[in-house]
Amino acid sequence: MRSSSDAYWRQTKRLTLTLLLLWVALTFVMNWFARELNDFTFLDFPLGFYMDAQGLLLIYLAIIWYYNRRMRQLDAKYGIEDK
Amino acid sequence: MFGSLTKLQRYYLYYTGSFLLFIGALAVLEQHGMPPRWIGYAFLFFTISMYAVIGIMSRTSDVSEYYVAGRSVPAFFNGMATGADWMSAASFIGMAGTLYLSGHQGLAYVIGWTGGFVLVALLLAPYLRRFGEYTIPDFLGARYGGNAIRLVAVAAAILASFVYVVAQIYGVGVITSRFVSLQFEIGVFVGLAGILVCSFLGGMRAVTWTQVAQYVILIIAYITPVAILSFNVTGNPVPQAVYGKVLQEVGRLEDRLFDTPAEIEVRKLYRERADLYAQKIMQLPHSLSHEREQLTQRINEMKNSDAQMKEIVALEKLRREMPHDPEQAKVRWENAMFSAVDRSKPPIHHAEAFPSEDPEQQLIQRINFLALIFCLTVGTAALPHILTRYYTTPSVSQARDSVFWSLLFILLLYITAPAYAVFAKYEVLSHLIEIPIAKLPGWVAAWAKVGLVSIEDINADGILQIAELSMNPDVIVLATPEIAGMPYVVSGLVAAGGLAAALSTADGLLLTITTALSHDVYYRIVRPDASTQLRLVISKSLLLVVAVLAATVAAQKPGTILSMVAWAFSIAGSAFFPALVLGIFWNRATRAGALSGMLVGSLLSIYYILRVEFDSIPWLGISGFNMAPWFHVQSTSAGLFGVLAGFLTIVVVSLFTKPDPQASSFLQGIRCSSDQEGRA
Repeated sequence: MRSSSDAYWRQTKRLTLTLLLLWVALTFVMNWFARELNDFTFLDFPLGFYMDAQGLLLIYLAIIWYYNRRMRQLDAKYGIEDK
Repeated sequence: MFGSLTKLQRYYLYYTGSFLLFIGALAVLEQHGMPPRWIGYAFLFFTISMYAVIGIMSRTSDVSEYYVAGRSVPAFFNGMATGADWMSAASFIGMAGTLYLSGHQGLAYVIGWTGGFVLVALLLAPYLRRFGEYTIPDFLGARYGGNAIRLVAVAAAILASFVYVVAQIYGVGVITSRFVSLQFEIGVFVGLAGILVCSFLGGMRAVTWTQVAQYVILIIAYITPVAILSFNVTGNPVPQAVYGKVLQEVGRLEDRLFDTPAEIEVRKLYRERADLYAQKIMQLPHSLSHEREQLTQRINEMKNSDAQMKEIVALEKLRREMPHDPEQAKVRWENAMFSAVDRSKPPIHHAEAFPSEDPEQQLIQRINFLALIFCLTVGTAALPHILTRYYTTPSVSQARDSVFWSLLFILLLYITAPAYAVFAKYEVLSHLIEIPIAKLPGWVAAWAKVGLVSIEDINADGILQIAELSMNPDVIVLATPEIAGMPYVVSGLVAAGGLAAALSTADGLLLTITTALSHDVYYRIVRPDASTQLRLVISKSLLLVVAVLAATVAAQKPGTILSMVAWAFSIAGSAFFPALVLGIFWNRATRAGALSGMLVGSLLSIYYILRVEFDSIPWLGISGFNMAPWFHVQSTSAGLFGVLAGFLTIVVVSLFTKPDPQASSFLQGIRCSSDQEGRA
């Protein structure tokens, strides 16, 4: 019992950390280079502008969606009661 | 398809349908000559009575219903309610305007206010829900133990929320006074009534269901005008998809218009004016008396000649309105100087990131862009009125799902705002600039009358230059219906949407404040043996008191309220975020660590704001403490330092204090409870 909930928490932490790093990389590292990104064009937009006005928001949504999906799987695998 | 919807979804579908019918009916009535003012009243009356009906239907006398809506709000609806809770008057009215004025730099708000929900989803919402009490101070109190931390949390929650709620009620006053021409103070109290009908009888339960209703109205109101405008300009009614092309067009217009000889001349004239004011300020108080003498002399000369009486009266009025003393003159002339300096700068290209020629300036812009994003995301993930919404879902996985829905519903507005700005800029650059001032479209004059647009033909060529036009950010959303030549019913719809945005946020905030006082202070600290009935009576009376207090403050029209809202993010972020995150993810965090971290973080933020933004506090008798910002970071991003200092302090102090033996069993419970007794 003990060890299975430890494994659950370990995997939760790993998932959280991975997605968080992705979030930091996109939000802060990528935006540092927004000026350079603007040299490219995407769907008629300068790329840097597009990412900040639409792209990032959609990626944020995807991150949360993926996290929820994985967590549901983990809940089921370790029989974590959902109440 | 229809049969697969739940009962609730069907209700809200009927509700949306009847709202659309109502708009259609008003549009027809307008065709038959219904005056605009009545349309404004109809919107005001219809929407507020809808909220009142929902509020009264959801009345309750159950503590769990009153504080957390009985934990029975499905993820989808909690997402909608969070969306309305989150999007305030500033998001609805102000953001598109900010994006219009600051171009790419303004996108920090779009990213910050959505990116924060990733932090909520990954780091906070599921754990708060599994903990399953009523408030954020509850969580901190249970994790770290003791009343001190609860009190610090209550103080920070109230400080951040109260400023914010005042700004919302102020927003209601502004909207009602503009669209139905109520007096500002009366508008404020209409807003107060609108808030109380939702929250007084039913607490969180009523607030939740009205917020869902308000979300529907605000999103329809936000998207309709810009969709019509987009259809007019590009032939495609989905502005988000097509404004890239319009943005390119804006770029071409900018290239053509920014450096015409007339534009350069106008900027030079503004620079000269700024220099003149600078000189006059340097020579105070002599320059003030000199100016007054000159004016008097001119009036006397004109009286002696046979000048028009009208001109003399105008000059005398000018003399009456001159600053009374050097102090006042300094303030006024400085404002005039700064506004002239602003207008003398070359305008920025809308799509350019970190716009500047000079690499050092670019670096400063870059730092501030990222610092602002940081503060807004962390602040989003720390505002108590948002976090408590995740207590209201039936289960942990529904809490997770509801963050997804929240972000989706919020995103609809935030993805539209940059399109608003680009379309508005396109309209201004192509239909206002280089047009004779006498031939400008009617909406310019209409909004100039209320002081949101100002035009000054400084080079007296009778033609409008970019630098001669200045717009208040609010005007972009408010005037878009008129810019696109839509009937007044669309303007009324926008007003109803702004009202919904302001009221829904105010409801959530007000409830947070009263819950903090009645539950955390009264019940948890003062009288733990209070009966449920008494607790509710206390809650409701506090709600009334706080609401009236907030409305009274808003009625004074405090000038700095909008910048104070930005500071609320920094303060809430640095007080709550480190303590919550480390409290959940780090067993070793101790009470002393959390307490000192919360204090150090929030006090550092306040200290930074005070020293960067102000030079003196008259009522404390301190002056001359203004300092240069650290790493060029503006005071709105004070939280950057506060949050980092908070994390650092918690870690260091925790390592120096004894570990808390109860922490690990508490954490076991909120991280992966499979054996926790059912908390309801």
